[in-house]
Amino acid sequence: MSGPGSMPAYVGMPSFPKAARDAVADRRLRGNLAHATGTIRTRRAAAVAELDDWAELRESAKQIKDHTLAHLGHYLRMLEEKVVEAGGTVHWARDADEADRIVTDLVKATGETEVVKVKSMATQEIGLNEALADAGISAYETDLAELIVQLGDDRPSHILVPAIHKNREEIRDLFRRTMPSAPAGLTDDPAALAEAARRHLRAKFLAAKVAVSGANFAIADTGTVLVVESEGNGRMCLTLPETLITVMGIEKLLPTARDLEVFLQVLPRSSTAERMNPYTSAWTGVHPGDGPRSFHLVLLDNGRTATRADDIGRQALRCIRCSACLNVCPVYARAGGHAYGSPYPGPIGAILSPQIRGIGSDVDASLPFASSLCGACYEVCPVAIDIPEVLVHLRAKAPKKRPERLAMGAAGWVLASPRRLAAAQWSAGRARRLARFARVPRAWTATRDVPVPPSTSFRAWWAARAKEEARDERP
Amino acid sequence: MKIALFVTCVNDTLFPGTGRAVVDVLERLGHQVVFPGGQSCCGQMHLNTGYPDRALSFVEAFTGVFEDAEAVVVPSGSCAAMVRDWHAKLAARHGRADLAERAAALAPRVHELSELLVDVLGVTDVGATFARRVTYHPTCHSLRMLGIGDRPLRLLREVRGLDLAELPDAAECCGFGGTFALKNSDVSAAMCADKIANVERTGAGVLCAADNSCLMHLGGALSKRGSGVQVMHLAEILASTA
Repeated sequence: MSGPGSMPAYVGMPSFPKAARDAVADRRLRGNLAHATGTIRTRRAAAVAELDDWAELRESAKQIKDHTLAHLGHYLRMLEEKVVEAGGTVHWARDADEADRIVTDLVKATGETEVVKVKSMATQEIGLNEALADAGISAYETDLAELIVQLGDDRPSHILVPAIHKNREEIRDLFRRTMPSAPAGLTDDPAALAEAARRHLRAKFLAAKVAVSGANFAIADTGTVLVVESEGNGRMCLTLPETLITVMGIEKLLPTARDLEVFLQVLPRSSTAERMNPYTSAWTGVHPGDGPRSFHLVLLDNGRTATRADDIGRQALRCIRCSACLNVCPVYARAGGHAYGSPYPGPIGAILSPQIRGIGSDVDASLPFASSLCGACYEVCPVAIDIPEVLVHLRAKAPKKRPERLAMGAAGWVLASPRRLAAAQWSAGRARRLARFARVPRAWTATRDVPVPPSTSFRAWWAARAKEEARDERP
Repeated sequence: MKIALFVTCVNDTLFPGTGRAVVDVLERLGHQVVFPGGQSCCGQMHLNTGYPDRALSFVEAFTGVFEDAEAVVVPSGSCAAMVRDWHAKLAARHGRADLAERAAALAPRVHELSELLVDVLGVTDVGATFARRVTYHPTCHSLRMLGIGDRPLRLLREVRGLDLAELPDAAECCGFGGTFALKNSDVSAAMCADKIANVERTGAGVLCAADNSCLMHLGGALSKRGSGVQVMHLAEILASTA
């Protein structure tokens, strides 16, 4: 059994409401987010609507993941056996520190001081770039958006589009400032920006001897690992270097290659709204004369075993990181990704981070409450994670402040007895003129007027009516 | 038909007019309404704020009060969803198999107002007249948990004189979310402001919904900014005859 995990780069983050306050006030950020999420939301809906069997695909995806999670130990051992058979090496990492140490040691053993990276959520989770930097190793992100984040010394704010909080002008200015190879007259035309990044990265690809990647899926009965991407940078990283190190959460497993039939349909449609993603790279161990000469697979627990032990919370481990829930979330669209204090923002982050890290810190205790429970996330989730249900479940576990406990206790006491409720309603009705002096929290009154309690509650009206009717019926 | 009214604690205490409107509509249609006095709350606030043990006591009380009813009407999508989606589940999770079974047996007879009217009573024209421009906000729990679909719109379209204006981005949350409105007041207010901007864009004088809690939030913000738009529960429009 493993305990809670950690996300080293995100230690000491403020609570969600505090962090969200600045984002809400940032009109440019809100504009960028509303535009970007709105566009992808509409496109996703169209891509999903094309399939008559979407509901069945979603149910299959859910069941395959649940089955795999139920027999996780069995399939992980199978995966290890197959990867080793195919000439790869498998490493088991209990937590972020152990995973960082394994990868750092592997890179050191090659004698290299530079690695190229495919965008990977797992390596952000463990703070790998920082750990490598501490060991004197430079990691170069090669996904365009991830590169933008890295050049800006920034943090990703979206699972699929890490630089969603930046618009074209901001990216142009960043490239002009940080990219020596950027042409002097660089414009904010997307094609020009992509071309500048391509030139910048090409040199890195050709020189790199070591690559680090994440994984979208791994197939237990063949030992095959897959990366799904749109830009082709992943394909370069996965094939050009001599050493390939893949860090993968233990929940990314699928039993057989047939299961890909389902996931390679639901993932691209849910994430980029494409019928099929442009690049799907799959590799099994190593092949002499073709691709990397050594392959290391680091299997990361980091709180996943603990999450799996929770009957209700474990469904979060079905997640395939498509980000559909972010794109439909009204809270994410206004608070932005950084407020979630984790590489996993949005609704899925609000249930994943507090489970992986444990619910101890300010940000983790606040994340289960970072939702209006509107349910839009559950509706679009391709693996049917009932995010509102898990949020409510985690709210019960979150530490509560004393004033809230007292208020909820008092409300519960009044509501538990219709007689006490009627008495409270009567008092409120008498004191209604004083309502504007009532101590309603500023959190409400800053933007909203308070309703004035009526002089007669419904139950009092009903009782009076019943009495009147009884009198009228008397002979 | 004899219909038991679960008015909800919010309506009972703050919006009794909605309860009276439900009684008016159902009696006008020739049905008998009863109001079991032992009722109070569905337990949603406690569950969603992280106090499931307290919420369980409301499941117990609600089930005891309503389990003999032929049909229960609830003028709140959110509270109806709490009863239907959560009561049995919550009891089962607390190891209360007996209560879970009773709650599950009761759930199918609990209907949000528009469900009762359209599905159970089979009416869309309730004989109402309301000559104003109205826009309808489908509240999240009524839309996504209950799945009431276009039932409220079908009812509103039959109201004489009513000019129904389509609300842009209607399905997006208004930002109320119970204690979310307090705990995350900045995000809540931002969501509310965007919703209100869409409401004002319709040119409607009345914003209608099937949940007074969302309307309390939206109406509070509308009144704070001095907007002329008035909020009204669906029941109140359906009860109107002039």
